Amino acid sequence: MPSHDVLIIGAGLAGQRAALAAAQAGASVAIVSKVHPVRSHSVAAAGGINAAINVADDWKSHAYDTVKGSDFLGDQDAIEIMCSEAPKEVMHLEHMGVTFHRNDDGELDLRAFGGASMKRTAYVADITGQAILHVLYEQLMKHHEQIDRYEEWFVTSLLQDDSGCCRGVVARDVRSGRMEVLKAKNVILACGGAGQVYSPTTNALIVTGDGIAQAYRIGAPLMDMEMVQYHPTTLVENGLLITEGARGEGATLLNSEGERFMEKYAPNKMELASRDVVSRAEQTEILEGRGVGAHGEGIYLDITKVPRKRTLEALREIVNIGKDFAGVDITREPIMIRPGQHYIMGGVKTDVNGATSIEGLYAAGEVACVSVHGGNRLGANSLLDTLIFGRRAGEHAAARAASMGMPASDDTQLREDVATIDAIIARPRTGRRVSEIKQELGETMNQYVAVYRDQEGLDKAHEVVKRLKEESESAYIDDKGTVFNQDVLGAIELGYMLDCAESIVVAAIERTESRGAQFRTDFPERNDDEWLKHIDISLNGNGPQVSYSPVKITQWQPEERKY
Amino acid sequence: MAETHRPPEEFTLRMRRYDPESGEAPYWDEHTVELEPHRSVLEGILQAKAKFDGSIGIRCSCRAAICGSCGVRINGEPGLACHTHLDKARASSKDGVIEVEPMGNMPVIKDMIVDMDAVHWKKVQRVTPWLINEGPQPEREHIVPRESMVDVTQTMACIQCGACVSDCLAMEVDPGFIGPAALAKAYRFVGDPRDEEQRERLVDLSEDPQGIYDCTHCFKCVEACPKDVNPMGQIMRLRRIAGADQHINDQNNGHRHEETVVTLIKDYGLLHEAEMIPRSYGGNSWFGKFHPAAGKELLSSLPVAIRGVMKRKVSLKIAIFGHSIPKQDLKAVQKIYETVESRPERYELNLYVSGEDEEVEQTQVAVGAEEGSAQ
Repeated sequence: MPSHDVLIIGAGLAGQRAALAAAQAGASVAIVSKVHPVRSHSVAAAGGINAAINVADDWKSHAYDTVKGSDFLGDQDAIEIMCSEAPKEVMHLEHMGVTFHRNDDGELDLRAFGGASMKRTAYVADITGQAILHVLYEQLMKHHEQIDRYEEWFVTSLLQDDSGCCRGVVARDVRSGRMEVLKAKNVILACGGAGQVYSPTTNALIVTGDGIAQAYRIGAPLMDMEMVQYHPTTLVENGLLITEGARGEGATLLNSEGERFMEKYAPNKMELASRDVVSRAEQTEILEGRGVGAHGEGIYLDITKVPRKRTLEALREIVNIGKDFAGVDITREPIMIRPGQHYIMGGVKTDVNGATSIEGLYAAGEVACVSVHGGNRLGANSLLDTLIFGRRAGEHAAARAASMGMPASDDTQLREDVATIDAIIARPRTGRRVSEIKQELGETMNQYVAVYRDQEGLDKAHEVVKRLKEESESAYIDDKGTVFNQDVLGAIELGYMLDCAESIVVAAIERTESRGAQFRTDFPERNDDEWLKHIDISLNGNGPQVSYSPVKITQWQPEERKY
Repeated sequence: MAETHRPPEEFTLRMRRYDPESGEAPYWDEHTVELEPHRSVLEGILQAKAKFDGSIGIRCSCRAAICGSCGVRINGEPGLACHTHLDKARASSKDGVIEVEPMGNMPVIKDMIVDMDAVHWKKVQRVTPWLINEGPQPEREHIVPRESMVDVTQTMACIQCGACVSDCLAMEVDPGFIGPAALAKAYRFVGDPRDEEQRERLVDLSEDPQGIYDCTHCFKCVEACPKDVNPMGQIMRLRRIAGADQHINDQNNGHRHEETVVTLIKDYGLLHEAEMIPRSYGGNSWFGKFHPAAGKELLSSLPVAIRGVMKRKVSLKIAIFGHSIPKQDLKAVQKIYETVESRPERYELNLYVSGEDEEVEQTQVAVGAEEGSAQ
């Protein structure tokens, strides 16, 4: 039975950064990922990474922008850590080999991004996530002796001992179908968000809330789950992401009257207001009949104002996306976009070292909620979040491992998981298809738990989710094999997604105010007296239970939020 | 403006299936899906998976040509399933049915899923795929020329999908060839001014008989790449830096062979096959054939030459005396040499930067090979 000091689930930026940090601290490390590490969804992060590295900038300014962006729901102690450690982390990435683009003096170039009071986003064209992910993977290959890699292994359960401590995982080698216990002194969840709960979404097909649900199932509370970010610029055609970097480089948003409507909603920051503000503005324009396209369902993003050479050099990926997926040359004509599900601010509740309430279990990146994003994440803060808290979790877990023995072996959960998988494969074709349930879930969430919400819609969504949970118990699949049985993994992922969806809906019903990404048309005002607090969701018996935790305020008192 | 919504149409997909547990040979499996014509082949496959048969195996994730999971062959050509439109795929099919198969040059695990570890990733590991910069690090970033980072972004943009590996003809003949993707990755370090072992890397890749000189210039990888990484172009840049700038004369004679080709065409206007080996091995001039090394090589390649004549790939006369072209044509060829050779510095075409072919001249970036060594 393989055993490791630190076992990391997920090999995106948070996971790989955690692995390198833990190995550096001397721990024996393994990283498990259901896809090859470079396929992780961090690869899709386009625009860049925020850090106050300009000598004229100050991490406190970055922290304030983040607090304001979060609509004062972010925990300021964690935000201070993230923003003050950011410059050093970006330099560390540069030293490791990330090919950050330079200015004419050969220093890191910085671009403008939403909600930021100055240019502080370091970038590699519009493939920043890919560039960092691939460079981290270069480091994993370099340090292969210290870091074992389980590539294309799917985690089915987190293991707990009698005292409730996390002691490893049960995982399935996707390629052979073999199930195994991977023992560990510490487990770090770094397996991303839950975007596939929505349809459409900018998120990859693999982003199915695995880690959020696994932690929730063994009793870890989730936090801020109602805060679901809609990105202002996703392709009307199929929901693919158009980076905020486009607006950072000067692109504008236009309605059907050719009006730069952001003047009405955010006269100072215009298109570079925070994402919740811009997405709501777009949605309002669309709902009031000023959308573009055959059914008025979109908004124009006009990138033609950016010099063509600059677009080709710095926004090449979206030039290709425009050409390939919408048939539009974005350097010559506007492209039709609309708000689309993009990110989940909530996740497994952790402290600033990534520790969850379960001993031996850590979480970092989108799967976690520290909470540095609160009600709304600023663009280019997600990469930073993954790296800072991935590193901290890795270091902390390694230190903890140094002072403890390897847990005892136990096969009970393994046998249970094997039986569960066999049972799914054996289900008769009498229920619904897994794919059908997933589709209904995604459409329901996108209809009722989106940019604008109200009690009636949320209640409807809640009912649908509860029904789908029941239906999923008997949902059938086609693949009966063991080698690369993606079908059976899809059925397990559906269970994860439904747990995430339920906690999102329950939290959204609970918060009867409007803050950040949660906008309740029946409670349109922010209400600091009652709601300046986090909503925690824990599993109680079979259902979610709500509790609250305070927002940590250090130096920035809540104030009216205007852009 | 954005293309207006087109109504869904029916598309038939013919997928190559293989179940390693069945003990049976691969077979074809057809499904008809309904989607708008500009949707991707991947969306077609996902619909077939969702509606008809969940056991269809294909790796996929981002749907946006960035994660590199869904490399396949569509109507025989390698590419990403998410990056190929259904209508275009149908138009390029032989009978109106879109054929999807696993990539080539890699063992198939199941259906359209291949073993990339056994081939692609092994080769990537061969090129020491990390930045070598062990000295004390600066407090802030390394200061490097602006153009250098834009330049290596073209190879950084590689998503490791394996499409180029799938169709590499040199690798088909010589599976040991390091290959287009891994060599493009090597350029990412050789072109990075922060790397401290550029020369060591170049010596290594030149001396390896399956290294940079094993590429046969077939352009297949350039066509296959969905991200315009231009792997062959990167291999040629490695050669130019290794040979012309670093003067690395490899034992495989790769560099001398290359120089000979250039000189022969300059002298004769066309390749002179009979002179090629003597000059490559004996020295890049007419006297090369009198060098002992040339004689030995000539003898050992006689069987190849004879087979070429027998199969009428080359006539005896041309094999011995070479081609000749009219004088004015030869002058025109030599004019090209004069133009290129008189440039003060070498132009390194970088498609990532220039974007569109038609605008090459305005955005070309000249990147000197030794420019900005680690600072």
